[in-house]
Amino acid sequence: MIETVGTTPATGFVREPALPPAKPDHSLLVAGIILLVVILLPLSDGVLPNRMTIASQLPVIFAYAFCSLGLTVVTGFAGMLNLGVIAFMAIGVYAFAIVTCGIYPFQIGFWPGLVVATLCGAVAGVVLGLPTMRLRGDYLAIVTLGFGEITQDCLKNLEVVTKGTTGINPLPAPTIPLVSGAHGYLPAYYILLALLVLAVVMVHNLKRSRVGRAWLAIREDELAARSMGIRVARQKLAAFAVGAGLCAAGGALFAAVQRSSIEPGYYDFQGSVLVVASVVIGGLGSIRGALLGALLVFGFNGIVLSKLVELLPHNATATNVLLNPLNWKCLIYGLVLVLMMRYRPQGLLPEREAR
Amino acid sequence: MTLTDVVIQQVITGLSNGLIISLVALGYTMVYGIIELINFAHGDLVMLGCFLALTVVGLCGFQPAVPGGLPWIAIGALLIVVPAFSAGANYAIDRFAYRPLRNAPKLTALVSAIGVSFILGNLGLFWGGVPMEVFGGGKAAAAPKDFPDLLGYHNLLGGSEIQLTTKDVLVFAITIPLMLGLTWFVTRTRLGTAMRACAQDPTAATLMGIDVNRVVSLTFSIGGALGGVASVVWCLYNNSFSFQMGYRVGIDAFTAAVLGGIGNLPGAVLGGLAIGLVRAFSDQWIATSWTNVLVFAVLIVVLIFRPNGILGARVREKV
Repeated sequence: MIETVGTTPATGFVREPALPPAKPDHSLLVAGIILLVVILLPLSDGVLPNRMTIASQLPVIFAYAFCSLGLTVVTGFAGMLNLGVIAFMAIGVYAFAIVTCGIYPFQIGFWPGLVVATLCGAVAGVVLGLPTMRLRGDYLAIVTLGFGEITQDCLKNLEVVTKGTTGINPLPAPTIPLVSGAHGYLPAYYILLALLVLAVVMVHNLKRSRVGRAWLAIREDELAARSMGIRVARQKLAAFAVGAGLCAAGGALFAAVQRSSIEPGYYDFQGSVLVVASVVIGGLGSIRGALLGALLVFGFNGIVLSKLVELLPHNATATNVLLNPLNWKCLIYGLVLVLMMRYRPQGLLPEREAR
Repeated sequence: MTLTDVVIQQVITGLSNGLIISLVALGYTMVYGIIELINFAHGDLVMLGCFLALTVVGLCGFQPAVPGGLPWIAIGALLIVVPAFSAGANYAIDRFAYRPLRNAPKLTALVSAIGVSFILGNLGLFWGGVPMEVFGGGKAAAAPKDFPDLLGYHNLLGGSEIQLTTKDVLVFAITIPLMLGLTWFVTRTRLGTAMRACAQDPTAATLMGIDVNRVVSLTFSIGGALGGVASVVWCLYNNSFSFQMGYRVGIDAFTAAVLGGIGNLPGAVLGGLAIGLVRAFSDQWIATSWTNVLVFAVLIVVLIFRPNGILGARVREKV
C-alpha cells in the first residue's frame, strides 16, 4: 500500500511524500574553520609564554593521526580489530630510516622515502592479511597483537640493521623541493598538515566509493555481504593494505619529524592501544572522530603530560611514584577505555547513519 | 653435563614453568568457554597477586629459609590470602567492566578488558612504590621486585648434575592436586554441571533455571583464585617479578589456552605444559631473545591452521 500525497497524476507516477526540510549541513564550514585555526596556530608562539607553546608539538600528533586514520579504515570501516597497528607504523619508520639515512647507501630523500615506506606498509598489511582473512573477530585481534610483538622483537634482535636503542639517525626532515631557507618546525608543520588533509579527503571519498561501501557491508553482516556478491576476502585485504599503508606513512612522517627512528622498544603494545583508544574515543568508523581522538590521546600524551612534568619540580617526580604525571598515563587510558565502552560505546563524534 | 642431562633438565624446568602457565591458562579458558571473552586483564591480575604476596611476606616478616627447611606457615598463609584476593578482584572486574557489556558486540568487551589490563598494570606500578622494606622502601617503584627465597635451595637428586629442587616439587605438589580438584568440581558437582550447561548454551541453561549471571561470577572467581595460586607459585619459584610481567604471562597463558582448544580444561593444562617446554628448549638451544617470537609464532600458526586447538576436534565438551 503506497501512501500518496495530493492527487495521483495521470501519468501514473506516484508523488513521494515530501521529506521534512533537511537540516542544513554545516560540516564543511566547521571543517574549514578548524583548518583555518590549525593553519594559524603557529602564530600563538608569539603570544604564549615560552614554556607553554604547543604548535611545535603538533607535527607528531599529525603523524599519529595517520595511524588513527589507518585503523579507522581497518577497524572502523571493515570491522576487523587490529591490536598490532603500531607494527605498521614501526615498519614505516624503519623502511623510511633505512632508505634515507646517511649510514646506508640508498639516501633517496624525504619524498621518495615516504612513498617507499607507505608501499612497504601496504605490502606488510597484505602479508598479515592473507592468512588471517577467515579468522573470527577476537582471534584476528590476537593474531594482529602477535604480529605486532613479533615485529617489535625482530627489530630489537636485528640490531645490525636497526641500530638497537641508538636508533637510525639523522633522518631528513620534511622539505618541499625548490623552497628552502625556512627553518624551525614550520616546514614540517605545514607539510604534514597538507598531507593529513589529503589523507582525510582520500579516506572520506574511499568510504563512499564502491570499496568503502563493501567494507561497511562486511562490517555489518559478512554473510549478507557475501551473498550480495561482495568478494569479502579481497575487500578485507584491500582494507588491510590501505590501513597499513596509512600507518606506515604516519610512521615515516613521525621519523622525519623526530629526525630519528627512536628505538624498537618504542613501538610496543601500549602504542597500539593508544591508537585503538584514539579511534574508540572519537567513535569507531567516524573520520572526524579519529581526528578528534588522535588530538585528545596523543595531545594528552605528548603535550599535557610533558608540560606537567616540566612544571613539577624534578626531585618530587623522582622520589614519589604518585607525583610523576607520566605514571598515571596507563591508569587514565584504561579508565577512559572502560568507561567509554560502558557509557558511550559509539564515541564522542559517532559515525553518521549511512543515508 | 651430557646431552641427555641437558634435555632432562630442560624438561624439568619446562614442566614447572608450564604448570604455572597452565594455572593462568585455566582462568582464560574457563571465562572464554562461557562468555567468549578474552579476559585480557587476567595476566595483570596474576601480577597484582605477586605484589600482594610480597606485601604479606613483608607484613608478617617471613624470612628466607635455611636450606632444606620448609616454611609451611608462610606458604599456607600466602595460599589462602592471595587466591582470596584475586578471586574477589576478578569478580569485581567482571561486575563493573564486563557484565554491563554482555549483550554488546564482542569487541566492545575486549576493548574494555584491555582497559582493565592497563588499569591493573598501573596499580602494580603504584603498589611497587609503597614505602615498605620488601619493595625497596618505595624508592624505585618500577624496578623488578625480589621475593625472598622461602624454600631455599635443595637438590633432591643429591649430587647429580640434574637439578630437581624443592621448588619444582612444590610447583607439582600445589598445581596438580588443584587441577584434579577442578576437574572433579566441573564434572561431578551441581555447580560444575551448571557451568558446563552455560558453556554449551546460555539461553537453554537459563530456561533450565540456571542463573547464568551467578555462574559467570563463579567462573570469574574460580579463575581468579587459580590465578592467585599461580601468583604465589610464581613468586616461590622465580623469586622475582615486575609490574610489567602481566602482559607476558597473559600472552603465554592465552597461547596455551588456544593451543589446547579454548574452552577446554585439560587442553589448557596440556597447552601450558607445551608452552613451558617450548620456552625452555628455545632458551637453551635457540636464544632467549627469540623465545617470545617463537611463542607468538606458535600462537599465530595454531590460530590460523587449527583454530579449535590441538585437542579441539576430539574433545567436544567444554566449560
